[in-house]
Amino acid sequence: MRIDKKTKDNLITYGIVVATFLIVQALASTGNLTNHIKGLLVPMTYYAIIAVALNLCVGILGELSIGHCGFMCIGAFTSAAFSKITADKIPSGPRFLIAFVIGIAFAALFGFLIGIPVLRLKGDYLAIVTLAFGEIIKNVINAFYIGVDSTGMHFSMENQMALNLEKDGEMVINGAMGVTGTPHDASFTIGIVMLLVSLVVVLNLINSRDGRAIMAIRDNYIAAEASGINVTRYKMLAFTISAAIAGAAGVLYSHNITTLTASSQYFGYNASIMILVYVVLGGIGNIRGSVVAACILYLLPELLRGLNKYRMLIYSIVLIVMMIVNWSPKVIEWRKKTFANFGIKKKV
Amino acid sequence: MALLDVTNLSISFGGLRAVDDFNMTIEKGELYGLIGPNGAGKTTVFNLLTGVYKPNEGKIKLDGEDITRKNTIEINHAGIARTFQNIRLFKQMSVIDNVKVGLSERFKYSTLEGILHVGRYKKVEKQIDDEAMRLLKVFDLDGERDTLASNLPYGKQRKLEIVRAMATDPKLLLLDEPAAGMNPNETKELMETIALVRKEFEMTILLIEHDMKLVSGICEKLTVLNFGKVLCQGETKEVLSNPEVIKAYLGE
Repeated sequence: MRIDKKTKDNLITYGIVVATFLIVQALASTGNLTNHIKGLLVPMTYYAIIAVALNLCVGILGELSIGHCGFMCIGAFTSAAFSKITADKIPSGPRFLIAFVIGIAFAALFGFLIGIPVLRLKGDYLAIVTLAFGEIIKNVINAFYIGVDSTGMHFSMENQMALNLEKDGEMVINGAMGVTGTPHDASFTIGIVMLLVSLVVVLNLINSRDGRAIMAIRDNYIAAEASGINVTRYKMLAFTISAAIAGAAGVLYSHNITTLTASSQYFGYNASIMILVYVVLGGIGNIRGSVVAACILYLLPELLRGLNKYRMLIYSIVLIVMMIVNWSPKVIEWRKKTFANFGIKKKV
Repeated sequence: MALLDVTNLSISFGGLRAVDDFNMTIEKGELYGLIGPNGAGKTTVFNLLTGVYKPNEGKIKLDGEDITRKNTIEINHAGIARTFQNIRLFKQMSVIDNVKVGLSERFKYSTLEGILHVGRYKKVEKQIDDEAMRLLKVFDLDGERDTLASNLPYGKQRKLEIVRAMATDPKLLLLDEPAAGMNPNETKELMETIALVRKEFEMTILLIEHDMKLVSGICEKLTVLNFGKVLCQGETKEVLSNPEVIKAYLGE
């Protein structure tokens, strides 16, 4: 069977992920990885996943969203609450699977609801409103108090006391203190599997009639409409799928740490911008680039911790170099020539 | 029965009556021209026909079906396809993908089948691919199937826009100044392309054009618009020799 160029490209992307997984596993089993690095592996996968999600929104749909961490936040909290409530009742395997379904479903639901007003806007306005929604989600969750006891679920937005829990009651979400004691279900293997799943979803979508419709809207929505494409439907579809995948990243996040709080550091504006940096440097619309950029740019500052005060200096130099390598026409030309000499045809 | 039947069409923007009491009948298979000075309301008529604007008064019937109040998408599904005065291609997509977008409302499978690549996906994608290639071959663009649309030369971009419109399998094709910005050679090629569309697809075409050589060369019937009103209507030869048309548009 003839394998066309797009299929081949996708296989290379999957291959890179699987190869990275195998190399890391080999290093780990031979004892070559420090605990510090092992701790970075799961975050690396969820940042790669949310970068893929954001690239679907920014690169394929062409709408600049800077509130994607909000969807990650929703996925993290809904799934963590579920896992905490059912920690003693359901074995960890199926529980984590259901947690994924819940986290993804809620993130998709909110993606859909937020998409209704947001996708009426364009350009800068859309970016600003997504930013606002991201902050709203974070701040609202910070005011949530949810507890369970023998009489059922209690909910308040004031304080812990207002819940009137019985003695045997247990706090699930404790306002700004967040969720403590989420079972530690996430692992590097599950993270890689989720990354592969989200890659398959996004890359398959791009190569389908829905994906072509989405990209047509990005390039020229007036012409898309005149070609009979339902612009609203496909915009909502892409935004919802993007939010759902961001939710999956959130599920991994919350099941990798003991204390989950809706802090600015992880779910705020800066975090969303950082993910946007992964997407832009990896190449807007280039899904493989997002994965590679997310992994490198997440690991780099962590691995440079030893260099202390020069750490961020090196990080910013790397950002500039990546920008030039990925976008400068001269460098792209040079890269093509060099790769051609090795007999490798590189897609730009 | 006429393919397109427009009666008493009017639209105002504020105090300006951009199109006033516009009537037009196009029979199946005709090549019809819409001409007139700048600002006469030609593109507004196109936008009314394709649902971009909703008329204040009047009726538009396509093949007996009333499409007056329908939106752009529904009108495309009803059978009107168009090209634009300023080319609107999907620039970051390949030539064949541009055509496939035009095909996507004719060959369908569900979103889930698309994401998982199961069910009808393989079969329908094959049909889409074959149909897109067939269209590109007809228009002699098959050599550029994987080129980015934005990298095509100007004349071929115009051509690709026509191919994309044809991919939606329309009953009526609207061309908005297809020869704008073309040199004489490109215009000649365009005339050949239009002739090809008529021959291969037996297509009914309505076009707006300023290039009088092209208009008098290929149009069978003409409507001349001036200040939103129909100045003259009929066979090309008669219209072009009408003294009022000469005074308002062609120049004495």
